[in-house]
Amino acid sequence: MASSCPECGANVGVGNKPMAGEIVQCPDCGTELEVKNLQPLELAVAPAEEEDWGE
Amino acid sequence: MTVPRVGVLMSRVRLEEKLLFEELGRRGIEPVILDDRTLVFALEDPPDLAIDVVLERAIQHSRALYALKIFEQWGIPTVNTYQVADTCGNKFLTTVALLRDGVPTPRTRIAFTQESALRAVEELGYPVVLKPIIGSWGRLLSKVNDRDAAEALLEHKETLGSYLHAIYYIQEYIPKPQRDIRSFVVGDECICAIYRSSAHWITNTAQGGRATNCPVTPEIADLSVRAARSIGGGVVAIDILESPEGLLVNEVNYTMEFRNSIETTGVNIPARIVDHLLAAARNGAPRAGAA
Repeated sequence: MASSCPECGANVGVGNKPMAGEIVQCPDCGTELEVKNLQPLELAVAPAEEEDWGE
Repeated sequence: MTVPRVGVLMSRVRLEEKLLFEELGRRGIEPVILDDRTLVFALEDPPDLAIDVVLERAIQHSRALYALKIFEQWGIPTVNTYQVADTCGNKFLTTVALLRDGVPTPRTRIAFTQESALRAVEELGYPVVLKPIIGSWGRLLSKVNDRDAAEALLEHKETLGSYLHAIYYIQEYIPKPQRDIRSFVVGDECICAIYRSSAHWITNTAQGGRATNCPVTPEIADLSVRAARSIGGGVVAIDILESPEGLLVNEVNYTMEFRNSIETTGVNIPARIVDHLLAAARNGAPRAGAA
């Protein structure tokens, strides 16, 4: 499955079994993208890292 | 027992979450996604969420903390618990717990003003490490080598940071052999460990540290389990420093990342986490407020 990068328009593959919330990287511009919807496949720029993110 | 209904608190699906979902699927469990970006908690009116246990995988500490407290209040068991998240997510609380239980950890000072923090730095002796009380992945760690750097850093933290950055958490610098140890504890067992190697003094894999297998010696196992018990137990990753005087527990992580550690160690970490999760579902929630 694939969709277009909302940042640069490049074609971005998400594999055969993408999940909502999954993070992929645009191969052209490097932007982190989040799978927002599966049907139809929709990508959005992923939220930027915040100070309390971590493990 | 019927198959437990599992909720997963999260927002961002990383490789770790996908591996956990695959493992749950192998057990016939379709988890309920609890996206912390869309949840609304009616505090006085607990809903029937139709879940028996919550696996906490939130990437954002503050959201994890509040949500876990609410689940606890509602009697839903969580892995990990609110108390564990609160302690591990705050370096000061972690250090206090480790010291209380006699778990070796680097010498640490807390100070509240630039002047007292500078005094603490000079008492510990250069170099020292300043860390944010809350933070992860090796971000905003500062190795301070001299007084000029200390004065500049302390001023910057007070002027540019949030109020939390003016709670100065200062540790002695531990000279280590270009690596540290990360051990993984599930329940009462240290299941595996890795070395995180880097030419840089910050060895987090998020900062480029390279993972290799670390044999779990009795000393590592004992120290890891003691550290895990000290912060409340559960599923945690322990960061251990090899100091010239022996092993020291540096930090404990409660939403551990393990993508680099499965093939490295040969241990099926997500399977062990799911085993623990299902046991928590069977055992029920601890009493709210219990340590």
